[in-house]
Amino acid sequence: MSIEIQDVHKSFGSLEVVKGVTMTVEKGEVVSVIGGSGSGKSTLLMCINGLEPINAGRILVDGTNVHGRGTDLNKLRRKIGIVFQQWNAFPHLTVLENVMLAPRKVLGKSKAEAEAIAVDKLARVGLSEKLKVYPSKLSGGQQQRMAIARALAMSPDYMLFDEVTSALDPQLVGEVLDTMRSLSAEGMTMIVVTHEIAFAREVSDRVAFFHKGKIHEIGPPAQVIGNPQKPETIDFLKSVL
Amino acid sequence: MFSSLFETSFSFNDLLFMLKGAGVTLMLTFWAVLGGTLLGVVFGVIRAIAPWWVNAPLGAVLDVFRSIPLLIQLVVANSFKTIIGLHWSPFTVGCVVLALYMSAYCTEIVRSGFLAVPATTRRAARSLGLSWRQDLTEIVFPIALRVALPSWIGLTLGVMKDTAMVWWIGVVELLRSSQVIVTRIQEPLFVLSIAGLIYFLMSFPIARLGARLEKRWREND
Ligand SMILES: Nc1ncnc2c1ncn2[C@@H]1O[C@H](COP(=O)(O)OP(=O)(O)OP(=O)(O)O)[C@@H](O)[C@H]1O
Ligand SMILES: [Mg+2]
Repeated sequence: MSIEIQDVHKSFGSLEVVKGVTMTVEKGEVVSVIGGSGSGKSTLLMCINGLEPINAGRILVDGTNVHGRGTDLNKLRRKIGIVFQQWNAFPHLTVLENVMLAPRKVLGKSKAEAEAIAVDKLARVGLSEKLKVYPSKLSGGQQQRMAIARALAMSPDYMLFDEVTSALDPQLVGEVLDTMRSLSAEGMTMIVVTHEIAFAREVSDRVAFFHKGKIHEIGPPAQVIGNPQKPETIDFLKSVL
Repeated sequence: MFSSLFETSFSFNDLLFMLKGAGVTLMLTFWAVLGGTLLGVVFGVIRAIAPWWVNAPLGAVLDVFRSIPLLIQLVVANSFKTIIGLHWSPFTVGCVVLALYMSAYCTEIVRSGFLAVPATTRRAARSLGLSWRQDLTEIVFPIALRVALPSWIGLTLGVMKDTAMVWWIGVVELLRSSQVIVTRIQEPLFVLSIAGLIYFLMSFPIARLGARLEKRWREND
């Protein structure tokens, strides 16, 4: 049970964004990905659940080749939750309905079952008071927590986070990080793209430093953040700390 | 002038005649809006997602319907039908032409509503495992509907008024029936006021419905 990324290359037109990335994330592991803007972090996450095609290499999720010909991506995506930087609430649905939608439509749960799941997951992220509210009435931090609950409602085996706090006001960052912290404490397998170096250091089993489409350093936080070896890593950490 | 209002020769039968015309107007509007909306949704989605070599020709054809005056389209279609030997009544011709005319405008409304849904929202839906179809039915259409509704209501009310033009191919709808009565009793102001009132009464529920939906949705945004 793992996500295996093997020498993946990804281009947008003539612009190569991911230039040969290899990394394995084992079940139960939390891996943070740090690195400068435009280094290809978001792109790599989207490749992992097949939202973006790749040009070379391959990605295996529990042994399934994500970009293989016969792969049922809609099915594969059930076990990979992803939360994005932008708050992607479905504006026409209440908070509860936002979270119920995928269990109902994708997993074919009954309304009652889906509602029970949604109520549970929303309680988990501290939004029990907001079930009947529309997303527009939520703060950014609440919207992100709803997005996390929405992904968790599918009972994913993996969670991918793409800079989920970087569009938030500073005072709202903590509540979202707390939610992620508790997920990792429960043993959720996570890939966390983040600019929150302190958070990465605290929750990660390993940290990967991304630079210009490649992983320059990967290892335990004490090594990559605490004692970086490559000049690029040192420069990057200087710029964000 | 005022005395004519009170000593009018306008009879109850005249009113019935006008109401019958109003019924025809409503039926024309109904079929035109139904056909125009269905076609508009199909064409609008195609316009939003198809590659240029489908999009460009479709856009060009719809531009034709939008740029030629409706009156000319009606008359041409009515003559054309005879040439190709279709046995359609003028009413049917009117419905078809109006529906095509409406669809040309509706297409652009649907297309811009569709494109108003952020790509990131759709990506979030797909990432949850929703299929392409489910993304359309559960996410894109409901959001696009909210964006497009005000324009669609405006278009529908416009088409209701435009139905008056089918009089030129011999359909007796509300305006034509009013005209017949005016010619006979020579009280244009009075008769046309009644006609205007009937048009208003027919439009009002649609406008109200639109306003109510808009208000309800706005409260959520
Ligand atoms: N859909 C796309 N089409 C074309 N270019 C793209 C697309 N998405 C991303 N890019 C480009 O790919 C490069 C990497 O983008 P990506 O979003 O993966 O970087 P990132 O590491 O996530 O950066 P950030 O920290 O700013 O989020 C950028 O130069 C970006 O402009
Ligand atoms: Mg990014």
